Amino acid sequence: MRIEVSGVDVRFGAVAALAGVDIDIAAGERRALIGPNGAGKSTLFNVIAGEQRPAVGRVNLDGADVTALPSWRRSRLGLGRTFQRSTLFGGLTVAENLALSIRARERSGWRFWPLREFALRAEVADRLLAAALSDFAGRAASTLGHGQQRALEIELALASGPRALLLDEPMAGLSGDERQAAVARLRALPRDVTLVIVEHDLDAVFALAERVTVLDHGTCIAEGTAAEVRADPRVQEVYLGNG
Amino acid sequence: MVQRLGGLLPAAARPYARPILLLGLVGILASLPTWAPRFWIYVGTQALIFAIFAMSLDLLLGYAGMASFGHAAFYGIGAYACAELTLHHQVDLFALLIGGAVAAGLVAVPIGALALRSTGIYFLMLTLAFAQLLWGLAVNWISLTRGTDGLIGIPRPDLPGLDHLNFTFFERGPFYILVLVVTAVCFLLLEALVRSPFGRTLEGIRENEPRMRALGYPTFRYRLGAFVAAAAVAGIAGSLAAMNNGYATPDLLYWTVSGLVLVAVIIGGARSLIGPALGAFFVLIVQLIISSYTERWELILGAVFIAFVLFIPGGLAGLVRRSS
Repeated sequence: MRIEVSGVDVRFGAVAALAGVDIDIAAGERRALIGPNGAGKSTLFNVIAGEQRPAVGRVNLDGADVTALPSWRRSRLGLGRTFQRSTLFGGLTVAENLALSIRARERSGWRFWPLREFALRAEVADRLLAAALSDFAGRAASTLGHGQQRALEIELALASGPRALLLDEPMAGLSGDERQAAVARLRALPRDVTLVIVEHDLDAVFALAERVTVLDHGTCIAEGTAAEVRADPRVQEVYLGNG
Repeated sequence: MVQRLGGLLPAAARPYARPILLLGLVGILASLPTWAPRFWIYVGTQALIFAIFAMSLDLLLGYAGMASFGHAAFYGIGAYACAELTLHHQVDLFALLIGGAVAAGLVAVPIGALALRSTGIYFLMLTLAFAQLLWGLAVNWISLTRGTDGLIGIPRPDLPGLDHLNFTFFERGPFYILVLVVTAVCFLLLEALVRSPFGRTLEGIRENEPRMRALGYPTFRYRLGAFVAAAAVAGIAGSLAAMNNGYATPDLLYWTVSGLVLVAVIIGGARSLIGPALGAFFVLIVQLIISSYTERWELILGAVFIAFVLFIPGGLAGLVRRSS
């Protein structure tokens, strides 16, 4: 899925969270979004996903203008996302979390009778295995450790069958092993799935992404390959130099 | 409750523990007309009706996570629909129950469509406002409702085919059994609904609505569906209440009724269906006992309610679960 954002402004009171942002991500591209805290990365995700309506500007998915569409419609077009802070269904079991995501993909929520759902249960079991969560299937999601919650967070997004995936700091707070597992899980995605990743861990960023966009104070200040971005003096000044 | 009790049983019997306990409960309730005085049969009927009403609110509060303070509106509409149908048309029992459900469900569509644009405390206040609006309508639309006098003289309908058995719902006992059957059917239907994909979706919305939208669920439609379903079941309860009392008055829609059913759900323990049903019995019986000593029964019930919220957050259902 191709994601185009053109001329987007978002203001929170007097603060411009995004100012004239243009970004064009091709179908199947793996793009990283980096920038200091408060640069507008999460706001840009919210604009693309439909949780935040821009004051000015447009969002196109596969060439269709979706600026006025609510988030659930964009999701049905194939746009999946994860959130910076894990936003699971804390009171429900890990298995039921995944079941909700699969039913969303199959649009089978409007059934009013308890069903065995054999195919769904089988897929849940497969996904639990892939995310190394099989031992926790019956536990409430809120009782999982941080690393397992992040793994479930990614698996929830994958289970919805996205053609484009927005990942907001998927590696935050993970141990080295957990990071490698997450990177491997994301690399296993089909090549035609577009991936946009916000991440502070630059090793993970460069392991997944071909191109990098750098945001600062709500504007794009650089875009290019990892090497090009690393060499850009403005980027060094605002971001890499400080880190 | 049932899972813990099940631990005492042999493994093979465990899956049946819950149905057996429920059947036992139904058996005890069904035997009531054979040993209880007439007055207590009436109270039992009223308590069962109130239990249906409380279970319908639990669908909203416990499963979908929406606190409505105007649920009495649909109870009252069910009662008025039943009254209008019996007083002006010859219809049988099923038509009355379905009529109450359909009338309440239809009114719930526009109210839900407006009130569900908000959540939390704003949703609570909006549902209260709509219910009071309908109460005002019931008081003032005299040509339809006869105002505060209400519609009186509602007969209890007969079940087609049963009249030659010398069996009539004019008797307290048979009517009580009818209400028990309707309560059991409503319980089973609601139990199926909350375990269905639709019910799971409502729980997902309760836990995390933005995430459900991000997954592609049109959450507003699901919440409206739950609101209409809950209203329809409350309409059935209202229809039975009109038959039981023989009248429909604006009191049924008043905000204190919405408050009382909310108290029943919370004391019983939301999110279990059986809990709110027990809560309904508890509230009605406490009300009855205290009000024979003092007119300030609301004060004491209020204190009981506060005690439950502070010290027994899981309600009666949670209490039984912990002690067994």
